[in-house]
Amino acid sequence: MSRISALLLCLLLAGCGGPSDGKVHVSYWEKWTGAEGAAMQKVVDQFNRLQDKIVVEYLGISDVDRKTLIATAGGDPPDVAGIWLQNVYTFADLNALLPLDDFIRGEGTTPEKWAERYYPVYGDMGVHRGVTWAAPSTPSMTALHWNKTLFRAAGLDPEHPPRTLAELDDMAEKLTKRDPQTGRITQVGFLPQEPGWFSWAFPQWFGGQLWDGKEITIGTAPGNLECYQWVRKYTEKYGLEQIKAFTSGFGNFASPQNPFFSGQIAMVFQGVWTNNYIRQFAPGMEYGCAPWPAVKPELADFAVAEADMLAIPRGARHPKEAWEFIKFVSSINPQARSRKELLGMELLCFLQEKNSPLRQWSPFFEQHHPHPYIELFRRLAQSPHAVHTPKIGIWQEFTEEQNEVFETVRLLMQSPAAALAFCQARVSERWAEHRRSLARHGVYAETPAPQSSFAGARPSSTINRTVP
Amino acid sequence: MTSREKHDLRCGLAFCSPWLIGLGVFMIYPVVASLFYSFCDYSVLQSPVWIGLENYQRMAGDAVFWQSLKNTLFYAALSLPLGMMVSLLLAMLLNTQVRGMTVFRVIFYLPSIIPIVASSMLWLWIFNGQYGVLNWALRPILGIFGQAPPTWLADPLWAKPALVLMSLWGVGNSMVIYLAGLQDVPKELYESAEIDGASWWGRLWYITLPMLSPVIYFNLIMGIIGTLQVFTQVFVMTGGPGGDPARSTLFYALYLFSTAFYDLRMGYASAMAWVLFVLIVALTILATKLTEKRVHYSG
Repeated sequence: MSRISALLLCLLLAGCGGPSDGKVHVSYWEKWTGAEGAAMQKVVDQFNRLQDKIVVEYLGISDVDRKTLIATAGGDPPDVAGIWLQNVYTFADLNALLPLDDFIRGEGTTPEKWAERYYPVYGDMGVHRGVTWAAPSTPSMTALHWNKTLFRAAGLDPEHPPRTLAELDDMAEKLTKRDPQTGRITQVGFLPQEPGWFSWAFPQWFGGQLWDGKEITIGTAPGNLECYQWVRKYTEKYGLEQIKAFTSGFGNFASPQNPFFSGQIAMVFQGVWTNNYIRQFAPGMEYGCAPWPAVKPELADFAVAEADMLAIPRGARHPKEAWEFIKFVSSINPQARSRKELLGMELLCFLQEKNSPLRQWSPFFEQHHPHPYIELFRRLAQSPHAVHTPKIGIWQEFTEEQNEVFETVRLLMQSPAAALAFCQARVSERWAEHRRSLARHGVYAETPAPQSSFAGARPSSTINRTVP
Repeated sequence: MTSREKHDLRCGLAFCSPWLIGLGVFMIYPVVASLFYSFCDYSVLQSPVWIGLENYQRMAGDAVFWQSLKNTLFYAALSLPLGMMVSLLLAMLLNTQVRGMTVFRVIFYLPSIIPIVASSMLWLWIFNGQYGVLNWALRPILGIFGQAPPTWLADPLWAKPALVLMSLWGVGNSMVIYLAGLQDVPKELYESAEIDGASWWGRLWYITLPMLSPVIYFNLIMGIIGTLQVFTQVFVMTGGPGGDPARSTLFYALYLFSTAFYDLRMGYASAMAWVLFVLIVALTILATKLTEKRVHYSG
């Protein structure tokens, strides 16, 4: 018996011991697989090669947010977690992340200066309630993508995308085709629900507001109603059954049956990643990228920005080393003149074919970027009207409810006013409950204070992003 | 207790310990913990705070909770009787004396051993409004009446019936149980009925169904439990926890899951789980009471 216990003990101890190379092993969980994962692996390899104290171990996992959450609750989180932007605010509210401010100060700079290295919309993302919780890894930026071949076929100038909402609606009409015999739609110019990923930002595109930093305003802010009336108009124009039948044949985004790739829809709002997928699924497709058409003249260059975020979960074993890695991913070699000289952020964004969120671009990154329209995305990143996920800890529920508004309105199941009123009441209740819960746990005793503002990250007066 | 008995007890317990520990750690503890959490404000990431009945009170006023319950009961009310009838019918057909019967039995049972995720992907294509094989078959028939087939999963009105239709594909398990029950019915009962001149209907009504009643009862209870917890196929086919389109497929288990793991309201979700448990127990007792006089146990 005692011999068996001794053996078990030995096995247990052997299992507990870390690698004996004298380096600190940092575990890094990330959502990417495939080409995007391979790109990050290259950056990890670069980091591991350039110093000899830390080894970052990349682990691509699905549902990274929920697994990080469970692991953090269980007290055994990864050292670095690659979470979605919306998770940052929820996790920060629930005290599940380590603030990065002290690490930033340890580098001899301030959190404000750290954020200023980024374009405003990106620099603002990791900051919640005046604290820096996460840093962007790769950013995204959206633009109107249009199919030039379909424009030409419809007698439109393929080099002239819509600049205003009226032009968008007008061109959408001209680009819509029906089968002369059956009357069934065979091609549409534009549909608000395709792909539907950014429809949460439509109210802001219309000059509306989702919340004012204190209270939910989706049902009360001017502009929101107009937005959903516009959404409804598209279904009314083409007919509910017609649209349903036509769109039910649409395939997945990452497939040749993607309606934009297959020429079933002529204009979509899509992200910077689309070029990559067009090359794969619709090689040779002639397309262009333009800013979102302006709904209000004073809101030119509206754009939706997102980013994948790197954060250190509370309870991580090697927070200092984790920070070293995050710092590396946030850095570049400003002198890079060849692919080999690209470092950190620029290597990652170059390989993933995205824009860099940092203001400074190296000569090579600027001149040899694989995306043909990268300059447009860079320009949009500087736009004062670029918005990102609202900084509210209940965004998941908010966006579910907002999606219900969008769906019930576009399916003509509810009037925009009724849908917005329901959403307003429900999200307000959830928001009050969230605040009550935070107070109960002593995380934040009061209602959220207006967050600290710093140059560039201050929302414009016309479009209230997330803060009062 | 003699020392011998004590030794036996220790050995016995030691041999069951993997099971006992497993039951304790993975069943009893979570069940008890969830009951406790249902009275707490608990987000998984923070320690639970006792709030009494607040979660249960909130549920009463939660419109989406009621909608999910309505969706689930609608689905169960359609899928359960339909599934029981179809599986019984198939079992009776597969109980006849035809050449190659084993092959037919295998064919009808096969769908049940396909993973739900795989069959969901398959049905996603069958239900595709534009290119789906179902509408390809329906279009010419409905065309005679000048009607177009529904877009199934894309239509809030047809999404639930589509899922009911799909559930019929997986009746293999209950079918096999019926089949076993049918083969247990004594032959002499049919023989004497035939001598007395009983019709096919008469034999079904007075012999087969009463003799099968314990099996039918078993399938009914299992069906209630199963249909009220429907989750996987909806999660896969409607693309996540939202119950698209427009919450028409937001079933109870789906809402529970999204509340717990997306909205991080584990306390509320635990309360929902207990309400579902009570509901299932109540329906099971109701079904038992209603069928008491009609379930006959032979032997």
